[in-house]
Amino acid sequence: MTMPDTATIVARASALFEDLHFSSAREWKSAAPGRKVIGYMPIYVPREIIHAAGMLPLGIVGGGDQLEVIHGDAYYQSYICRIPRSTIELGVSGRLDFVDGMLFPSICDVIRNLSGMWKLMFPHVYSRYFDVPQNYRDDIGGNYYAQELAELRDALAELRGAPVTDEALRASIVAYNDNRRLVRELYDYRIAQPWQVPAAEVYLLMRAGLVLPVEQHSELLRDYLAAARAVERPRRDNCRVVVAGVFCEQPPLNLIKSLELAGCYVVDDDLLLVTRWLTAEVPTDGDPLQNLALAFLHHSESTAAKYEPNAREKGQHLVRAVRRSKAEGVIFASPSFCDPALLDRPMLQHALSEAGIPYVSFKYAENSGQMQPIREQAGTFADSIKLWSGQ
Amino acid sequence: MNTNVATMKGKAADVEKDASMRKQKEMMAAHYDRLTAVPQTGEKVCSTFVPGNLNELIGCFDLVNNLPEVNAIQNGLRRTSGQYVLEAEKLGHSEDVCTYVKSDIGMIAKGNIAPNGKPFPNPDVLLLSYTGCFTFMKWFELLREQYQCETIMLHTPYMGDGKVTPNMIQYMVKQLREEVIPKLERVSGVKFDIDRLRERLARSAQAEENLVHVLQSARRRPSPIDAYFGGIYYIGPIFGAFRGTEDAIQYYRFLREEIDARVAAGAGPITPEGDMGPEKYRLVVEGPPNYTNFRQFWKMFYDEGAVVVASSYTKVGGVYDLGFRHDPQRPLETLAEYCLGVYTNRSLPMRIEMLSNYVEEYGADGLLINSIKSCNSFSAGQLLMMREVEKRTGKPAAFVESDLVDPRYFSAANIKNRLESYFQMVEQRRASARSAA
Ligand code: SF4
Ligand code: SF4
Repeated sequence: MTMPDTATIVARASALFEDLHFSSAREWKSAAPGRKVIGYMPIYVPREIIHAAGMLPLGIVGGGDQLEVIHGDAYYQSYICRIPRSTIELGVSGRLDFVDGMLFPSICDVIRNLSGMWKLMFPHVYSRYFDVPQNYRDDIGGNYYAQELAELRDALAELRGAPVTDEALRASIVAYNDNRRLVRELYDYRIAQPWQVPAAEVYLLMRAGLVLPVEQHSELLRDYLAAARAVERPRRDNCRVVVAGVFCEQPPLNLIKSLELAGCYVVDDDLLLVTRWLTAEVPTDGDPLQNLALAFLHHSESTAAKYEPNAREKGQHLVRAVRRSKAEGVIFASPSFCDPALLDRPMLQHALSEAGIPYVSFKYAENSGQMQPIREQAGTFADSIKLWSGQ
Repeated sequence: MNTNVATMKGKAADVEKDASMRKQKEMMAAHYDRLTAVPQTGEKVCSTFVPGNLNELIGCFDLVNNLPEVNAIQNGLRRTSGQYVLEAEKLGHSEDVCTYVKSDIGMIAKGNIAPNGKPFPNPDVLLLSYTGCFTFMKWFELLREQYQCETIMLHTPYMGDGKVTPNMIQYMVKQLREEVIPKLERVSGVKFDIDRLRERLARSAQAEENLVHVLQSARRRPSPIDAYFGGIYYIGPIFGAFRGTEDAIQYYRFLREEIDARVAAGAGPITPEGDMGPEKYRLVVEGPPNYTNFRQFWKMFYDEGAVVVASSYTKVGGVYDLGFRHDPQRPLETLAEYCLGVYTNRSLPMRIEMLSNYVEEYGADGLLINSIKSCNSFSAGQLLMMREVEKRTGKPAAFVESDLVDPRYFSAANIKNRLESYFQMVEQRRASARSAA
């Protein structure tokens, strides 16, 4: 069997990305009787539990710039971000009619309120607001969260009509550990040789992880890594940037492409954090829910939706991301009207300033069409970085 | 978020001479004086939020309570918030985020002056009671950066499924017992005394009882109160720094007596221009008000004979009319239940049910939503709420938009137009109901 090249793999990921009817998830569901699909929104849900229940976790991140929003705008005022309205559009237009459950994680008040809207609008779908602890002590936040996980496990067990066993949970943890290892490998490879893995390709591969079963996604990542290493690509005189603020409503693919065209290699980002939320291997022995809970408390990404109990730590995750990825600056790209991204931004900027790291900021919407201003801003930023670094 | 309008200025002061109004003014003035005298008295200051306000607990440590939301409201009413919001935007805060936060940050940048003209002291502790609004978390992270002081997170889980589970209560009680209380002890140097807490909780319950009596008086025709514009004054002490105090008990006793007297006299609500004329429309209102043009906004209602008989905003600091009372027998559990139950911590279906019930129980002509541009906690989902309440009650609903304390987003002409068409719609409904009868 010949190994697929990157173009073939990216074409597959791209087709999944463009398919707003979620055909691959539909096919997965209809391939065997009794299969169920559980949708989830940003920023994080423990997909292991859904997987262990024999269900497909399906990441829903809005409709992007290809979806025509006809009904969704009737549900939201102009001063609310785009992702909830395009998600409602996906729902009312029947594109999610095969989805048996929806999880709305604790990220902001918009998604929180959307959880209630979903209950009213789609009463036959299992909908749950998925809360996570903001207290990081094992015996306080940990206990609370382990119990929340147990409630989720039991609800899914009820939905499938059979218990979700610890064995199944452990096997799912193994599958997702493997997947996260590959995701990190890809991110590390991009840090080492960003010209080999364009940001848009990394993004499409991560998006594929939202719709494919985890085993298939891991295979896709393995193939891509092998294919990418096999062929040398041209190296550009780009500067290296971290992109921050893109953790919920998605930037248009063109925006990501524009950054590279404007002279920036994206060497780290907070896109689709669910794919690498847990930053260390989750132990596969012992109580699986406890392990997932402790991983959340002590080994998970920092982001605006999480409280930072240590004042001195505020913003340091971003400084560290810059150092680790040898980036020369940060691009804050935030969805318009996004509370978490925009309220957090000044504090992150202060941390960067103290560390002497340059940054630039702009806003976008998932359906932004005009990339010229963003390309110009990113281009000017790249030029100024090169000037500073004396290139 | 919300609440506590201390002083009705100008004409209002001429009209409102009731004991309760005088009492509230004195309480607020004394409170601000106490706060700004901290450099001399050596008292310590705890900043916290209105929803999830643990005033009884704060009082047990002899801490003075400072509520940034209330300060933002004061700045809105005094029309200084606009310049503060601009100042914060100059400092790099986005035009898209909550204007309470920006009013606060702009005020700090401009000298942090309290309503009594003296500078606010820096807080010794930020009690981040994280209930019902995401912005709270970022707001206090921002203030922590500014003040570099102890910050205590008390995380209240969201009532997404419309119920409080034992897990939620245990989580909160454990946070209170093992995180919040020891840290407050450390900051204040005062040992926690649970009996002191019980006493304060018992006092809270007394005041709550009278507040509910007042709010529910609006079921009568004519309603003796306006439960939104007027209601904001009535909730002031209990949502602010006075729950659990003798002052609050006295205030609500006065208020109850006054409202009972209005009922006995068959009087309608008092407005800044005196008694409202005949009651023509009865409304339920969802969402916070605009504060920069508060009087002008209110006038658009009472000029038309419209009275608000129930509102959700007067429940952000506690939903007492559905039965909750602080319970001295279960001191920590009751604080947890209080935080869990505030309006914005309730799921959207719960809020819709509450509003629909208000329309029915208070005999309202319909629902009016004032949607706040910069408040996702309230605003996200309001269009669905409007349609659902209309569907369930068969009464018309209307939607207006403004902002809390950013004067740029108050368009009097737009709001007035909308209100006028809404009242016309109510009239039409009445006429068709009459002709059908
Ligand atoms: S884009 Fe921001 S405000 Fe909108 S739903 Fe996502 S996190 Fe919330
Ligand atoms: S976002 Fe809304 S609820 Fe939250 S602090 Fe601002 S006004 Fe209050």
